[in-house]
Order: sequence, then structure tokens, then C-alpha cells
Amino acid sequence: MAIESEGAGYNRPRLALHVPEPQFRPGDTVDFSRIPVPEAGVQPRPDEGSPASETNPLCTDLVRVLGADGRAHGPWDPRLSPEMLRAMLRDMALTRAFDERMYRGQRQGKTSFYMKCTGEEATSVAAAHALAGDDMVFPSYRQQGILIARGYPLIEMVNQIYSNRGDKLKGRQLPIMYSSRAHSFFTISGNLATQAPQAVGWAMASAIRHDSRIAATWLGEGSTAEGDFHSALTFAAVYNAPVIFNVVNNQWAISSFSGFAGAERTTFAARAIGYGIAGLRVDGNDPLAVYAAVRWAADRARSNNGPTLIEHFTYRAEGHSTSDDPSQYRSAQEREEWPLGDPIMRLKQHLIELGEWSDERQAEMDLALAEEVKAATKEAEKNGILGHGLHHPFHTMFEDVFEELPWHLEEQAAQAIRERQIKWPQ
Amino acid sequence: MATVIDDDAVSLSDAPARKLNMIEAINDALDIMLERDSDVIVMGEDVGYFGGVFRATAGLQEKHGKTRVFDTPISECGIIGVAVGMGAYGLRPVPEIQFADYIYPGLDQLISEAARLRYRSAGEFIAPMTVRSPFGGGIFGGQTHSQSPEAIFTHVAGLKTVVPSTPHDAKGLLIAAIEDNDPVIFFEPKRIYNGPFDGYYDKPTKPWKEHPDSSVPEGYYSIPLGKARVVREGQALTVLAYGTMVHVAEAVCREKGVDAEILDLRTLVPLDIEAVEKSVEKTGRCLVIHEATRTSGFGAELATLVQERCFYYLEAPVERVTGFDTPYPHSLEWAYFPGPIRTGEAIDKLLGA
Repeated sequence: MAIESEGAGYNRPRLALHVPEPQFRPGDTVDFSRIPVPEAGVQPRPDEGSPASETNPLCTDLVRVLGADGRAHGPWDPRLSPEMLRAMLRDMALTRAFDERMYRGQRQGKTSFYMKCTGEEATSVAAAHALAGDDMVFPSYRQQGILIARGYPLIEMVNQIYSNRGDKLKGRQLPIMYSSRAHSFFTISGNLATQAPQAVGWAMASAIRHDSRIAATWLGEGSTAEGDFHSALTFAAVYNAPVIFNVVNNQWAISSFSGFAGAERTTFAARAIGYGIAGLRVDGNDPLAVYAAVRWAADRARSNNGPTLIEHFTYRAEGHSTSDDPSQYRSAQEREEWPLGDPIMRLKQHLIELGEWSDERQAEMDLALAEEVKAATKEAEKNGILGHGLHHPFHTMFEDVFEELPWHLEEQAAQAIRERQIKWPQ
Repeated sequence: MATVIDDDAVSLSDAPARKLNMIEAINDALDIMLERDSDVIVMGEDVGYFGGVFRATAGLQEKHGKTRVFDTPISECGIIGVAVGMGAYGLRPVPEIQFADYIYPGLDQLISEAARLRYRSAGEFIAPMTVRSPFGGGIFGGQTHSQSPEAIFTHVAGLKTVVPSTPHDAKGLLIAAIEDNDPVIFFEPKRIYNGPFDGYYDKPTKPWKEHPDSSVPEGYYSIPLGKARVVREGQALTVLAYGTMVHVAEAVCREKGVDAEILDLRTLVPLDIEAVEKSVEKTGRCLVIHEATRTSGFGAELATLVQERCFYYLEAPVERVTGFDTPYPHSLEWAYFPGPIRTGEAIDKLLGA
């Protein structure tokens, strides 16, 4: 018998599909007053060992330490030494200087691709300082600040970006997809969110081995839509894995605003509530809040209290990559109007407020960092740039597919080498 | 000192042997590797307390502990993803995917991650995992418990693909796979878990204990990956087979009285190309046979290799016997299965040519 349709949709408006739309498009006047920005220092700080549910209110709040007065406020103030604050300032400024130089390098044709992290420096640099140097990090593609904070040589980064003779990765990876086991920095994937379950697996292994090291992973808010992210949270929750999920909510996934990952309904930190793990939502442009949140999560994980999901609320001040033109899809005013300011300027102001820094010292530092980047770039250029091609013997193309070369790759390598000799007989 | 049993040394070594079915042989291999190497971790859906839906991990959690052998959430992406992370830490995970048909949610982690780690990090990170998964049909599993997706994996640079056909080989190959520093897809033909199925679904299946290759040495031994096994020597034609189809081919050739040389490839990647060439050059005729769908199946690769490398020895076109290009149907399972009729016709065609 047919189901009676009366009552089930009868005499109601027709169904309508909701397609999210960002608040502002190119040319629009930007007014961010709809984004709530709570006062710094008012958010409670639960004990690191407290039940995960105690962090639930913080998942829809915003942990902030640095106030508009440039001072640190409230229980989340990590009370860092001036030396540590200056180290973080330097690493963030170096990251920005490096980005500027590499961006120009790409525009000058020295490589194919680059990605800046302008405005998001705190989410990697302050986080890296809050972790132990041997905690394993599984970043996405915009956490160059971690390598810089961990002292990875700039020249190695440039070699990789130029895919030159000095590139440890033998020119196999797209620029910025670094790898450094020595710096506990996992090889970057171009596929999104794949690193999240891997970080959980590493953390599970560390727990199986009764190790003291923990894992931390980063991904953008857009990538939280991937199944891998949810698999990772499930596994982390099930096994109480010592892992930190850093969701860098920079508002934009290429041209898709955060609404396409679910931001119209709730926060990204609130994903933690459903999985029953700790969650924190922090001002990602506040280096002290980022440091404090990651340190809290690290201490929690290290003492067997399990995983934490941290949403870093920030703004992608530049394009997604050198292949992107954000003026095509968002208002240029957004960057100027962003209510949480710039992480470098805020930390600088804080240090000045403390009497530990000055505009002059900042200018001197910026100059010195630009020189340092320039010197590393020049040095790396001696190993060649991408446009000069053929930096690596063709046989290397076939190595590391397997531990040992099977017959079919040996045969294909011979073919490639023969083609090289035909095209470049000398 | 490791015992390596080469394919020529069929006498099995001096270790005392006992009759095992394929499940018991796989369980034995896992048990031995858990014992020998504290880096080995066995995990998957229902593999822990319960011991796996096919019992391949029975008793292992009780013996080796809950942090060495454990259940996982129902998330193949998660299972493979955490295995990649464990490998990066330095462990040697052996995840089970309950049915090969369920492996697809984990494909990105296998194809883009596990298979590429060594390459993209220039050797800094590797994924020394062995993904075990029952595959193939013949148990009335319907579309979602019967597939043979090996060609998806042989197509991926950086993965090794292994398919055993006997209890003896299953143990030695699984141990070799676990010890291998590259990711290995280890497909277990579930139709022959309990006996060497010959393709006659309407006749009673013989148990493994009547088959010589159910004699499995005790203790540790490994069979090198990339080495085929000559199941029987012959002059009339070469059959390239793996998994269940080794036994089907053998039965058909026996019945027809055909002097076939049957190669059990055992490892699809890397392939034992020397054994293939040697045999086809001798016989001049070649049949490739698999249960998987036909188009872009691994048989297409085998036929091409034979054509490229043995063309002037061939006296007839290479024949393919495969499953049909349809989903694996439930009620018409035996109409789909490449059984004795399809195999026999192909052999007749090859010999008549």
C-alpha cells in the first residue's frame, strides 16, 4: 500500500538547499563586529588532569592572554621569561622574513611554488616552543615556523624549495613539503589530513613503548571535513593517545570560507565535545595563548590524560599559495579589519610594555633576519635553482620506491638514462 | 640464523613439521613474529579478544598482551593511517583488513602515504607494514565479501603484493612480508583457508591435511618475496597463477592429462620475471589465470610481459582466464567464478592453436 503523503510535507514550503556564503566578497566593506572577541584573561583554566568535559565551555569561548594594553592577563598567562618571549618573537619574524624572500624567489622564477603563513606564525612557532624538541610533529603545509623554531638550517629549506643539488629530498617533493627526522618533523603530504591518523599512530606507539614523547599534528579548518580527521579523533579517543590536534582555523581553504567545513553551526574546537576529548579554542594571533594552550595539552598528554583538540582562531593574511589570487573571492579589507591583530606586532608590543624590547631593537632584528635569509638564499643558489633542472642523476628517480630496486625499475631506469644521453649527449 | 626456504628446496628443511590449514599457518607466523620481534603489532577489527572473524589471530592477544594484539575501531582509513604513524615511530605493524572489499576507505593512506613515505622523505621515514586481508570469492560472500582487488595495488609504485596458495607458503611468505621494510599487501585467498579448493563447488572440498603443502615446519622460516614456485613441471604450456586459481589450474590439467607447467607466482610485485620467461620459453604457450575481473586485471600485465619478452618463443596467443567484468554476484557466484569449464576451454584453445 502506498504511504499516505498527507501530513508528510503536504502544504509546507518546498525544500530548499542551503549553500553557505561568506559574509564579504571582493569590494565589500568589511565589518567583523559579528566575531565575538572576549576580553583577555577572563577564560578559566582547568587543571591539565581534569576530566575532558571541563574544557567544554572553552570550546566555544576564546582563550586570550594578551590584552589590547599589551599586557598578559589571567590564568592562561604562561609567565614566560623575556628570553623566551624574544626567542618566539625572533622565530616568528624570521618565518615572515623567510616567507617574503621565498615568495619573491618564486615570482622571480627560482622555483615553481611557495606558501606563506603570514599572520599565522604564532600557531606554529609558539606551539613548537611549547613542545619538547623531540616530540614528533605531523604538520600540514603551512607550519614552516616549526622548523624555524627547531633550528632547522634555512639553507636546507631553500635547497628543498629550489629542488636543487643540495635538496635532501632529491627534488622529489613539491616546494615546502619538508621532512626532517632529526628535527622530529614528519614528511609533509600534499594530501589533506592524512597526517592526523598518522600522528595518532605515532602517539599510540609511544604509549605502547612507555616512552615520554608525544605527537602533535596540524591541519587547516577546511581539512577537518576529511574522513581522516574524524578517524584520527576516534582512534585518539579510543586509545587515549598522547596527541595534540591543532586545527588552524585561518578562515579560508583556498577560496572556500570556513562555512564549507561547518563553521556556520559551531566551532571547530567543539568537535572535541562529541569525541569526549579535551578541547580548547584560542586566539591564534596571541602567541602567549597559543603557547599556553599547547603547553596545557602537552602536559595533559604526557601525564596519560589523553588527547586535546585546539582550534587556533586566526586569519590567512595572504593567498593560499603563489598559485592563488585571493582578490578574486574575498574582500581585501578583511586583512586590515581582522579583529585579532598581528601575532608579531602583539608580541613586540608586549615585550616593549615589559620594558624588554624597543622599536629600535625590532628594526635592527628585522634587518639582521632579512640579511640572514638573504645569505642562506645566496648560499643555496650555489646548488642551483629549479629552472636549471636536472640537478639529480636520473637513477635517483627510481631509488626509494622500494628499499631495493626490483628488475622492472632497473629496466626503466636504464631507459630514462638512455633518453638523457640522447637529449643531452655531453 | 634465519632459515630461508628457497623454492627449489621443497624438502622443507629439517624442522619437525605438522599438518596445518592456512589459517593455522598464518596464526603460527603471526605468533612467531610477535615472539621474535617486540616491534610487531597486530591490530584490526575483531582481531583481539575474539581472534578475528576467520580466527587468524586466535589466542594471540591472550599470549602476547593487549598492547601487542588489539581490536580497532571500524575505520580502515584509521587502521592504515595509525599503522603509518606506528611505522614512523619504529614499530612493524601488521594490520588486518577484515575483507579485502573493505580496504577502499584506507586507500589514500596506502597509496598516497604508506607507498610513498620512503620516496618522498628520501628514506627518512618508511612504512614497514604488512596489511593482511582475506580476498577472493567462493564462500557466498556476495559483492562485498568476494572481491580480488590485487590489481589496484600492483598498479601503485611502492607497494608489494603477495598472495599465498598453501599453508606452507602462507607462513613463510607472511614472515618475509612482516620482515620486509616496504609496505606489503598480503592477500589471503579465503576460499582455500580450510582446503585446496579445485573449482568443483558441487563436490566435497578436501581438507588441507591431504595436501603435501599443508606440512608446515615448526618455528621460524621465511620464503623470499619475488620468487615464484613451480607447482608442477611440464612441456605443453605454462600456466601463470596465484592463490585459489593455482589449485583450480592444477586440477584441470590433471583431469585433462595436459603436461602443463604451473607457476605459482606468490608475489605479484616484485614479479619473478625470470621464472616466467624460463617457463614460457620452454613451453611456447601461456595461460594467465585469476579470479579478479578481466579488464585491467593483473593478467593483462602478465600477458603483456610475456608478449614483450617471449614473443618469438610463442606458438599461440596468450590466453586469459578471469572473472567476469561484473560485481561478484551472490546467487550466481559459481557462474562468475573462473572454474574448470572456462579454464579447460582456454587450455584447449592454446593447445589447438
